[in-house]
Amino acid sequence: MGRKILLENSDIPNIKSFDVFRAHGGYVSVEKALKTMAPDEIIEEVKKSGLRGRGGAAFPTGLKWTFLDRKSNKPRYLVCNGDESEPGTFKDRYLMEKLPHLLIEGMICSSFALGVNTAYIYIRGEFKYLLGILNQAINEAYKNGFLGKNILGTNFSLDMYVHPGAGAYICGEETALLESLEGKRGNPRIKPPFPAVVGLYDCPTVVNNVETLANVGYIVNFGGDAYASIGLGKSTGTKLISACGKINNPGVYEIELGMSVEDFIYKEEFCGGIKDNLELKAVVPGGSSVPIVPKKIILFTASGEKRLMTYESLAEGGFESGTMLGSGGFIVYDQNACIVRNTWNFSRFYHHESCGQCSPCREGTGWMEKILWRIEHGFGNMKDIDLLVSIADKIEGNTICPLGDAAAWPVASAIRHFREDFIFHVQYPEIIKNIKHGALYKYENQD
Amino acid sequence: MLKLTIDHQTIEVAEGTTILQAARKIGGSVVPPAMCWYSKLEGSGGKCRTCLVKVSEGSAKDPRPLPKLVASCRTPVIDGMVVQNKTSPEVLEARKAIVEFLLINHPLDCPVCDQAGECDLQDLSYDNGKVSCRYQESRREFDVIDIGNLIKLHMNRCILCYRCVYVADQISGKRIHGILYRGDVSEISTYIKNSIDHNFSGNVIDVCPVGALTDKTFRFKNRVWFLKPMTAHRDCPTCSGKVIAWMRGSEIYRITGRKDEFGEVEEFICNECRFEKKNINDWIVEGPTTLKRHSVISQNHYKEIKTPSVINPLEEKMETQTNDE
Ligand SMILES: Cc1cc2nc3c(=O)[nH]c(=O)nc-3n(C[C@H](O)[C@H](O)[C@H](O)COP(=O)(O)O)c2cc1C
Ligand code: SF4
Ligand code: SF4
Ligand code: FES
Repeated sequence: MGRKILLENSDIPNIKSFDVFRAHGGYVSVEKALKTMAPDEIIEEVKKSGLRGRGGAAFPTGLKWTFLDRKSNKPRYLVCNGDESEPGTFKDRYLMEKLPHLLIEGMICSSFALGVNTAYIYIRGEFKYLLGILNQAINEAYKNGFLGKNILGTNFSLDMYVHPGAGAYICGEETALLESLEGKRGNPRIKPPFPAVVGLYDCPTVVNNVETLANVGYIVNFGGDAYASIGLGKSTGTKLISACGKINNPGVYEIELGMSVEDFIYKEEFCGGIKDNLELKAVVPGGSSVPIVPKKIILFTASGEKRLMTYESLAEGGFESGTMLGSGGFIVYDQNACIVRNTWNFSRFYHHESCGQCSPCREGTGWMEKILWRIEHGFGNMKDIDLLVSIADKIEGNTICPLGDAAAWPVASAIRHFREDFIFHVQYPEIIKNIKHGALYKYENQD
Repeated sequence: MLKLTIDHQTIEVAEGTTILQAARKIGGSVVPPAMCWYSKLEGSGGKCRTCLVKVSEGSAKDPRPLPKLVASCRTPVIDGMVVQNKTSPEVLEARKAIVEFLLINHPLDCPVCDQAGECDLQDLSYDNGKVSCRYQESRREFDVIDIGNLIKLHMNRCILCYRCVYVADQISGKRIHGILYRGDVSEISTYIKNSIDHNFSGNVIDVCPVGALTDKTFRFKNRVWFLKPMTAHRDCPTCSGKVIAWMRGSEIYRITGRKDEFGEVEEFICNECRFEKKNINDWIVEGPTTLKRHSVISQNHYKEIKTPSVINPLEEKMETQTNDE
C-alpha cells in the first residue's frame, strides 16, 4: 500500500523544467510508444490497466478510446479537460503546476494511440498562472523534439496548444468545453451525438481529465497489468485526493485506491485527524456535487464494513447510505459545521453556474438557493424542507447535462441525512438570526 | 423504415426521424408538447424539456428501457422503440414539474399581454400544469426594451427557448441577436443594442411561444380573440406573401404568418408584409380560416373546464392557515 504513480517525483527541485524531468525518466514512455508500439497496442494496455476517468464520472478510459470514430476521414482531436472548477477539487491544478511535463508526456502517448495530430489543454480562466507554466513546458517539448513534426524521427507529428476559458464552471462539461474551445457560448450540447463521433469542429474527439492523461505514461512504460496490480478490484491505480475543511493537514494526496476512509482522515501522513480534536460530523468525498454523508456512513457501509477509498465502496448503498468518489474533492466538516449553511453555499454556486439552457436547472437552482437562503437566515418554514426535496427530485434526471443532477444531489442528501439541522433552523429562527456570520448583511446588499 | 410504438399506436418512419416528428405524424394525444423545438430552425430543441417522454423499450435489438426520460424532439427513433407519452405517469409528473419551473419566474401578466389567447405557455399550463403555485420567492425582473423600431422585448416573459436566436441566425443571416449572461439572469439581446433591421426579422415574433417578443404596430390595439383571422395573400417581391390578416370589420389590425396545427409558421414572411401592409386594398382576402390548433381563440377549448369553474387563489391559503392553527 502507498505506491505512487503521479507525484513520486513532485518534490524534486525544478522538476517543472524539461531537463530535470527528463533526467528523472521523463518522456521515456514517448520513446517506447513511438518506436516500439503500435497505436492499438497502447489502447489495449490502457484497457488492461482498468484506468477510469478521473474527471468525476469514472468512465473506463480504454473503452472511451475505442468509441473514437476512425472511419471518417476527418482529423481527430484530443482535448485535456483542465477546467477543474468543482468546489473542493484542486488536484489538477497541483499536477499541472508541479509536473507539467508529466501531462504533456501522457498526452503525446495518448495522441499517438488515438491517431491525433492536434491536442488542446483547456484550463479554467482563473488558472492564468498556469498558462505560462504550461506554455513554457510545451515550448521546451517542441525544442527537444517531443512535439512538432516527425517526433523522434518517426512519421508521427503532434501540435499542442493551451487554451484558457473565461471563468465558467459549466465549461468543464465536455461538450460545453468544446463549444467554448470553438469560440462559442459555453452551452452543453445535446447528446447524442457524443464527442467521440461529433466533437471539436464536428470531428471525432476524445476529452479526458488532466489526471487521467497523466497516468498514460506509466501505463506505456510498465504495462496495463502493472497498473492494474495497484489499487483494489475495479478501482485500479492511484487517485489524487484534494483534502480540505476542518482537518489538520489539508492538501493534495496521492493515495492507492483501497485504503480505508478512516485511515485517510485520521492518519498523520494524510489528513491527520480533525482540527482541534473535534468530532467529525460529515464528509463530502468527491467534490461539491456528490452526496454529503454523516460520520457513521462515511466510515462504515450499511453492512458494518469499513468504508474504503474506492469507487465501489464509496458508492455502496446507493444514495440511501452511500455517496461517490467523484473527482476526489474531499471536504471534511467538524461538529460545529452548519449543514444548512453549507448546502445554501453549494446551492448558490450551482445557481450561479447554470448555463440556463434548460428549464429545470435554470429555474430550479435559483429556487432552491432562495429557499435555502431563507432557512439559513431564520425565515424558513417546515414546508420548505419538503419543498426542497421535491424541487431537487424534479431537476434530477430531467436536464440536458449533469449539472442539474450535481445541483440536486447535495440538497437532497443534506436533507436526507441532516434533516434535524434544517428543522432546528425553522424552529429557532431567533437563535439562527443571532448567529452572526456576517454574510446576511453582505448578501442583502448585493442585489 | 423504422417501427415506433408510442402510446400503443404504431407507425413506420424513415431513418433520422425523431420521436416527436413521428408522433406528429400520428397526431392527436400522442404528440408531446414542444416549446423550443421548431422544425424549420436547425439546431433548435432539447432545451425546454416539455417534450420529455419515456422510452420503455430502447429498440428491437435491445429492449431494455432507457434510464432517464428523453427529449423527444432531439431523440432519433430506433427500430422497435416503444415510447410512452400520455400513458406514463412519470412523464405527466415530469411535465407538470417543467410547467411549474417555466412559470415560477414568469410574470403572469396575461391580462396586459398581447400574446394572451394564442400563447403556447397558457395552453401548456392549462393542459399540463397544476392549479396552485408553490413559489413564494421574488421573481426576476428586466426592463422592457425595444429591439429596433418594430419589435418590443418583454424579457420577463421569455422562457429562453432560443427560437428567436436561431431565426436571427439562420433566416436573417446576421448574428446580431443572441443571449447574454447565464442561468436565470440570461437575457435575449441584440448585441450592443443593435436593432434588427433585416427584412425578415419580424418572424421572431411568430416563433416566440410567449409574449416576450411582440409587434409594436399591433401592441395594445386589440385582443386577439376579438379579431377574425382571414387567409390573405399579395404579390410580394420578397416573400411568398401568404399570410393571415387579423381583421375587425374591414380593418386589418395585424398580419402574421400562417401557422400549422402545431403552431409553427408555414412560411416566413417579410417585414413589409407584416408591418407595412395594413390596408385592406393591399391584400386579396381569401376568406375566414379556422385555426388548426387548440387555443383560446379557437374556442370551446377552455370551456371543457369542469370544477371549479372559478379558481379561487385564496382557497388553498385559507385551508393551510386553518391547518396550521
Ligand atoms: C457541470 C460539469 C462540470 C465538469 N467539470 C469537469 C472538470 O472541471 N474537469 C474534468 O476533468 N471533468 C469535468 N466534468 C466531466 C467531463 O464532462 C468529462 O466527463 C471528463 O472531462 C471526461 O474525462 P475523464 O473520462 O478522463 O474523466 C464536468 C462535468 C459536468 C457535468
Ligand atoms: S443542466 Fe443546467 S448547466 Fe446543464 S445544460 Fe441544462 S441549464 Fe445548462
Ligand atoms: S424571446 Fe421568445 S422566442 Fe426568444 S427565447 Fe424568449 S421565449 Fe423564445
Ligand atoms: S421541445 Fe423538446 S426540449 Fe423543448
